[in-house]
Amino acid sequence: MTRMKNVFQKIAIDQEICMHCGACVGTCPKNAMYLHDLTVAADENCNGCRLCVKVCPIGAIEVVAKGAGA
Amino acid sequence: MKNLETDILVVGAGPAGSMTARYAAKGGADVMIIEKRQEIGSPVRCAEGISQSLLAKVDLELTQKDIARRVVGAKIFSPGGHCLTLSEKQAGDEVGIVLDRVFFDKHLAKLAIDEGADVRLKTAATGLIKLNGKIVGVKATSPEGDLTINAKCIVGADGYESQVGRWAGIDTKLSPNDITSCFQYRLTGIDYDPDYCEFYLGSRAPGGYIWIFPKDEETANVGMGIQLAQLKTPAQIKQTLDRFIEKDERLRDGKPLDMVSGAVSICAPIDKTVMDNLLLVGDSARQIDPITGGGISNGCIAGRIAGEALADANEKNDFSEKSLQRYENGWRDEMENRLYRNWMAKEKLIKLSDETFDKIISTLEEVGVEKVSSLAILQAVEKKYPDLVKEFKSLL
Repeated sequence: MTRMKNVFQKIAIDQEICMHCGACVGTCPKNAMYLHDLTVAADENCNGCRLCVKVCPIGAIEVVAKGAGA
Repeated sequence: MKNLETDILVVGAGPAGSMTARYAAKGGADVMIIEKRQEIGSPVRCAEGISQSLLAKVDLELTQKDIARRVVGAKIFSPGGHCLTLSEKQAGDEVGIVLDRVFFDKHLAKLAIDEGADVRLKTAATGLIKLNGKIVGVKATSPEGDLTINAKCIVGADGYESQVGRWAGIDTKLSPNDITSCFQYRLTGIDYDPDYCEFYLGSRAPGGYIWIFPKDEETANVGMGIQLAQLKTPAQIKQTLDRFIEKDERLRDGKPLDMVSGAVSICAPIDKTVMDNLLLVGDSARQIDPITGGGISNGCIAGRIAGEALADANEKNDFSEKSLQRYENGWRDEMENRLYRNWMAKEKLIKLSDETFDKIISTLEEVGVEKVSSLAILQAVEKKYPDLVKEFKSLL
């Protein structure tokens, strides 16, 4: 699970809001998101396309890195 | 690392996975289901409506606990407030019974267990194991530590967020036009008509709809789906649903018993759901009705077809893509045309203006429809608004 370190993430998932529904996981076109052990995380394949931000019904995800390719 | 072996490994104990396991085990295969959650059927991620007609197709008798409520029909509301009331017979597809998935999913899993399937909870697949390019099993995490599970065939029944298909290289990628983002409350303490499923169309839920599905006399699943391509701001779904509830005096004083978020595919049928030693079923195979977003029926029916094909493949000891074509062809014969037609219709429906929805629903309200087939609806509307119907006629 070392791939899930925050250093790779261009997005941030608010674990207080996240309900682990997997909407972002199934939507991610780069397959960069994971739902393991009831935690959602993203890896270095994330290109910051923001689809996860949009699909999240409750607004638990935001883009944190600038200059991410879309 | 502990190693397990089985003929068929089903990833995911939802309705499609359990149904696949049931029929594969019934046909003599050694079947194991793994489920990442600690409890089958929970947390619920569903609006829970199904039609009565499903049950015979998959040889299923619901218990009292499976059914939260039987409804007598559906009410469809246009943006301007016109209401079309349909009896269950007329409404067909996705109304009739509002389930309690917490019990329903366990019931289906039990039917698989009764046929001899093994179940492991809190066990999550983390990747495929390949030997010389051939899929021979999965890696998984479990309460007993990391596992390898060798199997002759892997069934990806792992839902909307399916990883199994992606790991195997099956294209299940969705366009933003083919995804609905959803949010739902189970509201209690509401004063409403608990005998009808209600649907609200139009720009208040762009590319989707708002639903009220009765759970009991004062409790209902109240939710909303919006097409991803039409979402503009984060958390828009929840905020829009909150506003809808606040404006509705029946719902305003309701209190939530649970919250459900999720996404649903509303795509055309995908090109391929089988390969050597692996198949996809249910939401992971995108077998969802693109208009209603309903997936339980299709998942159960496809699961039965998959299970029977797997039992057959097991008998021949041949899980090649060619052998698994029996499933690929079987589910397509059953639902591919309908899914494709409904996807085409969805593409047109999402472009309709509120005014058009008002025209259609008010016309149907006036003249009534004996049977809600697409043809009957189009014929009724055509009499008054021939131009409106032109585009849809090609779909029949």
